[in-house]
This record gives sequence, C-alpha cells and structure tokens, in this order.
Amino acid sequence: MTAPAMIKISRLHKSYGSNDVLKGVDLEVDLSQVVVVIGPSGSGKSTLLRCCNGLEVAQRGTIDICGQRLVSDGRLLAEKDLNKLRTQVGMVFQSFNLFPHLTVLENVTIGPRTLRGMHAAQAEDLARQLLAKVGLAEKADAMPASLSGGQKQRVAIARALAMEPQVMLFDEPTSALDPELVGEVLNVMKLLAKEGMTMMVVTHEMGFAREMADVVVVMDGGRVIEADVPDVIFKNPKEERTRSFLQAVLKKEG
Amino acid sequence: MNFDFTPALTDWTALLSGAIVTIEVTVSALVLSCLLGLLIGIGRLNPDRKIAYGVCSVYLSCFRGTPLLVQLFIWFFGLPRFGILLPAFVCGVVGLGMYSASYVSEIVRGAIQSIDRGQMEAARSLGMSSRQAMLKIILPQAFIRMIPPLGNEFISLIKNSALVSLVTIHDLMHEGQKIISVSYRSLEIYLVIAVIYWIMTSVTTLILRRIELRMKAGGMVQ
Repeated sequence: MTAPAMIKISRLHKSYGSNDVLKGVDLEVDLSQVVVVIGPSGSGKSTLLRCCNGLEVAQRGTIDICGQRLVSDGRLLAEKDLNKLRTQVGMVFQSFNLFPHLTVLENVTIGPRTLRGMHAAQAEDLARQLLAKVGLAEKADAMPASLSGGQKQRVAIARALAMEPQVMLFDEPTSALDPELVGEVLNVMKLLAKEGMTMMVVTHEMGFAREMADVVVVMDGGRVIEADVPDVIFKNPKEERTRSFLQAVLKKEG
Repeated sequence: MNFDFTPALTDWTALLSGAIVTIEVTVSALVLSCLLGLLIGIGRLNPDRKIAYGVCSVYLSCFRGTPLLVQLFIWFFGLPRFGILLPAFVCGVVGLGMYSASYVSEIVRGAIQSIDRGQMEAARSLGMSSRQAMLKIILPQAFIRMIPPLGNEFISLIKNSALVSLVTIHDLMHEGQKIISVSYRSLEIYLVIAVIYWIMTSVTTLILRRIELRMKAGGMVQ
C-alpha cells in the first residue's frame, strides 16, 4: 500500500467573474516528491498553487493537503483549522514578502515564536541554523532592505522552514531575480529536495525542472495537459502544446 | 501708529498658563483622537463587515462633515439639556478629539491599505490569524507611514484648539482676550498670541522632521 498523497487536488475549478482560470485540475504530490508545474503565463499555475494554502478559494473541486480537506466546492476549512494547517504548509512568494520592519533573524523567528509557542532562545537557535543552511548566517542582524533579491528569497525560504512544514509551495521563486542571483536560490531548493522535502514548485526554470523534478506538470488554459517524468516531458512530450511551449522557453534560454 | 506691548509683557504669566492649557488640551485631544481614529480606521477597512463599516462611516461623515465650533457648542451647551454636565476641559478635549479622530481614521486606513498585500499573505501563509497578522506585521509598518500625516493633524489640532476658548476653557486665546478686555490693545495681544501659536507649531514641525530623519537613517522608510 502506498502512503496517501501529501497534496491531492481533484477536479478543481476557479474563476474570477466570467474568467475561468482553472478548469478541472487533478494533481497529486506524494511524500518527498518534487512536482514542478510549468506552462505559459496565464495558464493558471500560480492560482493553482495559491489555492493549495487557501490564499485563493476554488469554487468547485477539492484539495486535500497533509491529510486534511482544505477546500471542498468553495468551502474553505474553518478559520482556526486553516491557520493550523497553514503552519504545516510553507509558502515562498515571487516577491519574497519579507517583513521589512523586522531584522532577518526576527523574520525567521516570528513564526515559531508566535505560532509554535517557542521561547526566544530556542527560536533564535533554530533561526540561526536555518540561516546557516541557506548561507546567510552572517546576515542575521541585517534589515531586509539591505539584502539582494537572492538573499531576500533565501531568508524567505528560511522563514517558511522555521515552521518545520511538511510541504513547501514555491510560487515562481526566481522570477523576480536578476539572472546571476537565480542559482543561489535554486541551490537552496535543491538542498531541500535532496533532504526529502515534499515540494510543489511553479517556475520557469527548466533546468531545475529537468534536474530535480520527480514529476513535471504542464498546464495550459487552466488545465493540466501533460504530467510525466522530466525525461519524457523534455525529450518526448506527447502534446503538441507542450512541445511548442518548451521550444519557445528553451529558445529564449539559448 | 504706536505699538504698546506692555500689557502682554506685564501679564506674561497669564499667557504662559494659557499656553500650558492649550498644550494640555491639544495633547489630551490627540491621544483620544489617535485611539478613536485607530478603531474607526480599522472599522472601515473591510466593507464586508457591514455593521462596523456602517457605524464607522456614519461617524466619519458626521464628525468630518460639520464645523468643529458647532460640535464644541453641542458638547458644552447641548448636553446639559440631557442632564449631562461635563467640565469645560472635558468638553474641549472630547470635542476636539472626536472631531480630529475622523481625520485620523482616514490616515490610519490609508496607511494600512498602503502596505503591500503580500505582507498579509506572507503572514497568513505562516499560519497567523488575521488579528495576529494585523498586530505583528501590518500595523507596525503602517504606524511608521502614519507619522508624517499624524504630525500635520497635530499641528491642525494646536491651531483648532483656539476654539475651545469659546467654551470657557482658559487657554492661550482665552487669556489673551482677557488681557484685551482690560487693555484694549487687541492688535498687539493677538500678534503675541499668534507668535506663541507659531512657536508651538514650529517646534512640533522640527520634532517631526527629526523623527522622520531618524526613521530614514534606520532604513524604516525609503
């Protein structure tokens, strides 16, 4: 018997007014799996990810995550349970969203201190460990405004990890970065993947998808058009739309 | 034309005590105004909470939409009809404070809404309740943005406080008028009063500028 999926999305529909963004998406992420979602902009991949921690509410279909029903036909989990569930689901945003009024260290400790009832010293130990892990131990006392984009995103990852989540969601984590800073963030993500973190990643970094993904999911027009291991997707995709999307992206990458 | 400032100079203790009362009224009104303004500003954040939003909107409309002098007179001359006799000082502080709170509430709402949506999302995605996110993430950042407009409001309050002389509070304006009533040197006394108000607002401006510079140096604002 296989373990139940960490994330199970079934027939998810989401629309903004008359604009259908998700048109019946099915997707599973198993324990310790890295699932990378790719697709043209407007394909609904970021919306799908944001639905997975209740930042967006899908009107139809269900999402189960960490063994709990997050959303069912437009009904989100009750507020208290939702907050509890979110502590187990880490989220990394395209625009980092670090708390600018707090130091780097405080950005990482605020989660465990506020939500896990951790003592100051204990939370600080944890935060320093995590900052060392993302290569920013010496920046603990800096303010976010003084960091580069790549450093900000690595702090954001440490902040999410401080909750010791079971799943990590990455919403285009490198899209706002200068090209030379992308690598440092991807390296941290690779480290997490190797440690067995369950990850769902929306990205345009095809190199990361090829190297780290267990499954690559291709979305277009609010639907999953293809999902398979990277070898198949990148070398021998079944769908014409996958092929043309990859051609366009890979040409740009040169 | 001859100027005679001797009445102002001989009665300087009266003007000083008036100035102190002006500061007391203004600072007390500001405290009330900030507390009330914070509540009303937060109440107007979410139109979906119909009752809170409605009550706060009516407050804003009434207290911002009528003259301060009329409001002060209602507190002072109107309430006794219901058997509510407030001391003049309380009338002045409540009148000024509640009037000013309507402006402060818009400062509060504007500052909160100017905080990037991603901040709330990041806080919520960690698992914070909306209250925790508001207290720990949004408000601390919004407070910093409120300081310059709150400073302006404080300066307005200092000047508007001259109206409380009309509800028998012995503020700077009131003390000045008392001196005029015996010396008939109205131009000189009003000039002296104007200078004292100007000193109070200028000192406030200087203090605010220092605070803003320090915030910039601390990297808290761009």
